Amino acid sequence: MDLLSQLRGQIADFSAFLHREGFVDDQFTQLQKLRDESSPGFVVEVVSLFFEDCEKLVNNMAKALEQQIVDFKQVDSHVHQLKGSSSSIGAARIHNVCIAFKTCCEDQNRDGCVRCLQQVNHECIQLKNNLQTLFKLEQQIIAAGGSIPAMQ
Amino acid sequence: MAGGEENSDGGKTDFHVLVVDDSTVVRMVHRMLMTSLGWKVQEAKNGKEAVDLHINGAYFDLIFMDMEMPIMNGPTATRELRAMGVKSNIIGVTSCTFESAHKDFIEAGLNHCVSKPLTIAMISSFLPDSNNK
Repeated sequence: MDLLSQLRGQIADFSAFLHREGFVDDQFTQLQKLRDESSPGFVVEVVSLFFEDCEKLVNNMAKALEQQIVDFKQVDSHVHQLKGSSSSIGAARIHNVCIAFKTCCEDQNRDGCVRCLQQVNHECIQLKNNLQTLFKLEQQIIAAGGSIPAMQ
Repeated sequence: MAGGEENSDGGKTDFHVLVVDDSTVVRMVHRMLMTSLGWKVQEAKNGKEAVDLHINGAYFDLIFMDMEMPIMNGPTATRELRAMGVKSNIIGVTSCTFESAHKDFIEAGLNHCVSKPLTIAMISSFLPDSNNK
């Protein structure tokens, strides 16, 4: 099997894995389909922006939850932002944790919020690592003279 | 500025849309989805920016308005735009799943309210029939 076929196979398998395990959903596939000659780096750019945002929001939430009197409305507002952006890029697991997190905020459950925050952090790191792997494979295909396979 | 010719794949080439959302990520995704349809996209970070654009004479064929934003939220901005006489289609976009929140937002003057994430199919459904301008 030549290198390009091998790489295409690896991308297909890895993409299937990301969907099967719920890391990403159809929204992510939609964004990948939007990639074209005029905006080849769009997905990498928006994902990068998402993780920068994620980091800021996680830090803000952590600070808010460390306070003696927790402002749950403020925490909820950060969760709400993350919920919106995660659903917009198809980061399904992160989005699902945000749903549970919002419930903890509404219940003013500090321990629940702290657990959710840890989970959000964990999911962000996992997704970041997984997408870096995907993007590396895509770069390898391009370097080998091929093009990124169309997403199904 | 409104209306325009259709290109060969059915998208409008002179269709102006305003995306109002405080999230840079969401604005970027929505911009990409809409420019893929051939639409011209402008962005506003909150309701006040959206209102100011209209005060300064801007017109849009379609406005996508987020619900929760700092400085001026979606419902307030929508009420202000309608009070100014803005007749553009305003579509509320929210991560909030409560029906009561959607209802309040709609009552502020929206034409429709949808939940995030926006998809191409959803966005395309708001394209008016051609030749109605």
